[in-house]
Amino acid sequence: MTPIPLLPFLQDAAPAAPAVLAADTAWMLVATALVLLMTPALAFFYGGLVRSKNSLNTMMMSFVALGAVGLLWAVVGYSLAFSEGSAWLGGVGNALLAGVGVEAKGTIPHILFMAYQGTFAIITAALISGAVVERMRFGPYVAFIVLWTLAVYVPVAHWVWGGGWLMTRGVLDFAGGTVVHINAGISALVAALVLGGRKDFGRQAILPHNVPFVLLGAGLLWFGWFGFNGGSALAAGELASVAFVNTFLAPMATLCVWALLDHFRTGHVTAVGGATGIVVGLVAITPAAGYVSPMSAIALGALAALPSYFVIVFRARTRLDDSLDVFAGHGVGGLTGALLTGVFASKVWNAAGNDGLLAGNPGQLGLQALGAGVSVLYAGTMTFVILKLLGLVVALRPDARTEGVGMDITQHGEEAYSSGEGSILVMPSESTPLVEPLAPAMPQPTAR
Amino acid sequence: MKLIIATIRPDKLNDVLEALYRAEVRGLTASRVMGHGGETERVENYRGTTVKMGLQEKVRLEIGVSEPFVKVTVDAILKAARTGEVGDGKVFVVDVEQVHRIRTGERDEAAVTPTVPVGV
Repeated sequence: MTPIPLLPFLQDAAPAAPAVLAADTAWMLVATALVLLMTPALAFFYGGLVRSKNSLNTMMMSFVALGAVGLLWAVVGYSLAFSEGSAWLGGVGNALLAGVGVEAKGTIPHILFMAYQGTFAIITAALISGAVVERMRFGPYVAFIVLWTLAVYVPVAHWVWGGGWLMTRGVLDFAGGTVVHINAGISALVAALVLGGRKDFGRQAILPHNVPFVLLGAGLLWFGWFGFNGGSALAAGELASVAFVNTFLAPMATLCVWALLDHFRTGHVTAVGGATGIVVGLVAITPAAGYVSPMSAIALGALAALPSYFVIVFRARTRLDDSLDVFAGHGVGGLTGALLTGVFASKVWNAAGNDGLLAGNPGQLGLQALGAGVSVLYAGTMTFVILKLLGLVVALRPDARTEGVGMDITQHGEEAYSSGEGSILVMPSESTPLVEPLAPAMPQPTAR
Repeated sequence: MKLIIATIRPDKLNDVLEALYRAEVRGLTASRVMGHGGETERVENYRGTTVKMGLQEKVRLEIGVSEPFVKVTVDAILKAARTGEVGDGKVFVVDVEQVHRIRTGERDEAAVTPTVPVGV
């Protein structure tokens, strides 16, 4: 996304006022809807991986971001990330969508640009939930993603895309490897550490309750990701096609390598492994999508399988309960992608980008490491601070009994797979308390 | 021999299995059942429909044991399944007329091995 968005009209040397182009607008309307679909897709991916008693809560952790983070984006998030401000943060000129109309932003209407960027903020916040599923109270979770979006996502999006200091230094992040994936991945790791493991973690096997959901989610994520990466060209045409095809190829390579690794380690190619491999490939190609050749995308996708795969295997042997391996998938996958962008980037494929290591510009690799490192330090620190402060005001976790009963019943008063047997219809005339808490929330246990 | 039938909370099943394993009790049947043990009814909402869930999910264990194993089995379940709140469940100990092991044709005490609990 970096300087490319403005590319089409930068090339028009004529000082004519930038105009909205119908073809670009058509593609970006579709791309915005595609990226929005990724959040429900993520809900299925995560929802399938948890136990059935926590499946609704896990899916709601993604769905609620559509409401909470989406509104926050319109009220103030977009302005702080993308309107004119300092090198560190945007201004409030576009708060409450003031001045966001149908005028051209690049070659698409400004409101469409705002909505497109909003879909990124939503899914980034939802990604973190995978590290804290099955044990975080719903209210504090919503408060967390709202605060996190304001304090972490918005500033980093400004630094990398909104004209901030990382953008001016030349860090390449086509569609959000740093802003979205490294940010969410490292925040997930810190959140898992602050919350501590699930009460059953390390004591009993906690298995996915619906692997077909996991595959469905991975498939829909891939579909939506064409909007995520292809749309990051912010226009239809050559660059969108390059990003689209790279998004098409890289996960194929990751899937194959992942399957081979699975086969050599366990003797089987697993479905959960395949779904994970696809997502890791998508994460890794994200920063590189518009800067590398299709063959480089295949190499990048294949290489990206290795670090994430072994971090997942290693993590399961530790006491770190990053429950759905958000760090291994998005943190490690994002870091690999960010660094490999600095290796494979080529001006042949995007003149507005830069050459990487293989094209004789090792400096780009250093820049990529800078962008990734800054994001790791900032997001990690801020996540720790937000959760610790929030933990002073409310209990982040329910008591062990509530966790044992399950988060669907205790947090939402619903069951995912209710038979209805033994349920008694309550007539509207009867006055029933709407909420009947099973047990009062206990103070947050210290991290194990 | 006795048949021990225990109804417990699903979230306590792993604790109970672990306790039974430690007590060297081998061979049991577990089933998911619905039950009501006098606990407060849970209220759920699905759009405009409000329901009181009269039945809760429970797990029923059936364990055939020889006489020396009755006490260790019951103790293991009582200890592991208890939360102290209404709805923890019940343990029934029932006399059994005959037991046959299908594979070998052994019957009664011989069919519910081992016959002597460890440490007794």
